[in-house]
Amino acid sequence: MKEQSQQPGVSADSVSRRRLLGVTLGAVVPAGLMAGPAAATTVSASGAGDAAPSLDAAIRAFTGGAPVRAGKVRVAIAPLVDNGNTVPLSVSVDHPMRPDDHVTAIAVFSERNPQHEVASFGLGPRNPVAKVSTRIRLATSQKMVAVARLSDGTYWSGEIDVIVTLAACIED
Amino acid sequence: MSARTLIDMPRRVRRGEAFEIRAMIGHPMETGYRRGADGDRLPRDILTEFGCVFDGEPVFSAKLYPAISANPFLSFSMTADRSGELVFRWRGDRGFSHTERVNLVVE
Repeated sequence: MKEQSQQPGVSADSVSRRRLLGVTLGAVVPAGLMAGPAAATTVSASGAGDAAPSLDAAIRAFTGGAPVRAGKVRVAIAPLVDNGNTVPLSVSVDHPMRPDDHVTAIAVFSERNPQHEVASFGLGPRNPVAKVSTRIRLATSQKMVAVARLSDGTYWSGEIDVIVTLAACIED
Repeated sequence: MSARTLIDMPRRVRRGEAFEIRAMIGHPMETGYRRGADGDRLPRDILTEFGCVFDGEPVFSAKLYPAISANPFLSFSMTADRSGELVFRWRGDRGFSHTERVNLVVE
């Protein structure tokens, strides 16, 4: 509930930060970069290289524009991260995994990495619980969002804020 | 193409028992965003897909992006009602493909 009330402020703020990031990248990075192989797999590749697509756009590409309700999804990550190069992350969905009613997919998004998509997972009734773990890179302190798709076609989301002291990705 | 992999899971389980599968593969997951010592951008070289199939039936799959750490690690859970073969496959940039097989015995 707390998170929901924060959301408008956070997203408005982050839009301007993203724009700033986009502008900085655009200035530093040669024009060819975004058109390279990195952009080829971006789900929501919007046009050329200037502005990266927004977090909302990346999530919409996964949901196909369907409404996303907050709840059911829990993102577990250390709240304070020393080294952004390898950060354990797990996502679990509080939902049964029965053949007729289960989680079919989970997608993880980052608010402020160079690319919003982190990973997406396909699940099914062979999985007794809807829980996935991996290790990720974080470019900076930011919000992580996970969205789950259920077999009834509904989408649910959860998010968490992470503070990163040593960043990954942009510098080596 | 070959790679070092580690698949951590029980080889024998009871029917219907939930167990965890942890799969790791050696790979640099070069993001395409870093610069080398000469200032040139290092081209992207990542794994983009992982799949686990049990006797031809999909168990779990993943699409990976540059935000996944080097030596990608994935863990998920499974149940089985019969013995069979699990096939793990990783695919990636530059035609990367690697497959591992594990026989699962259900008692």
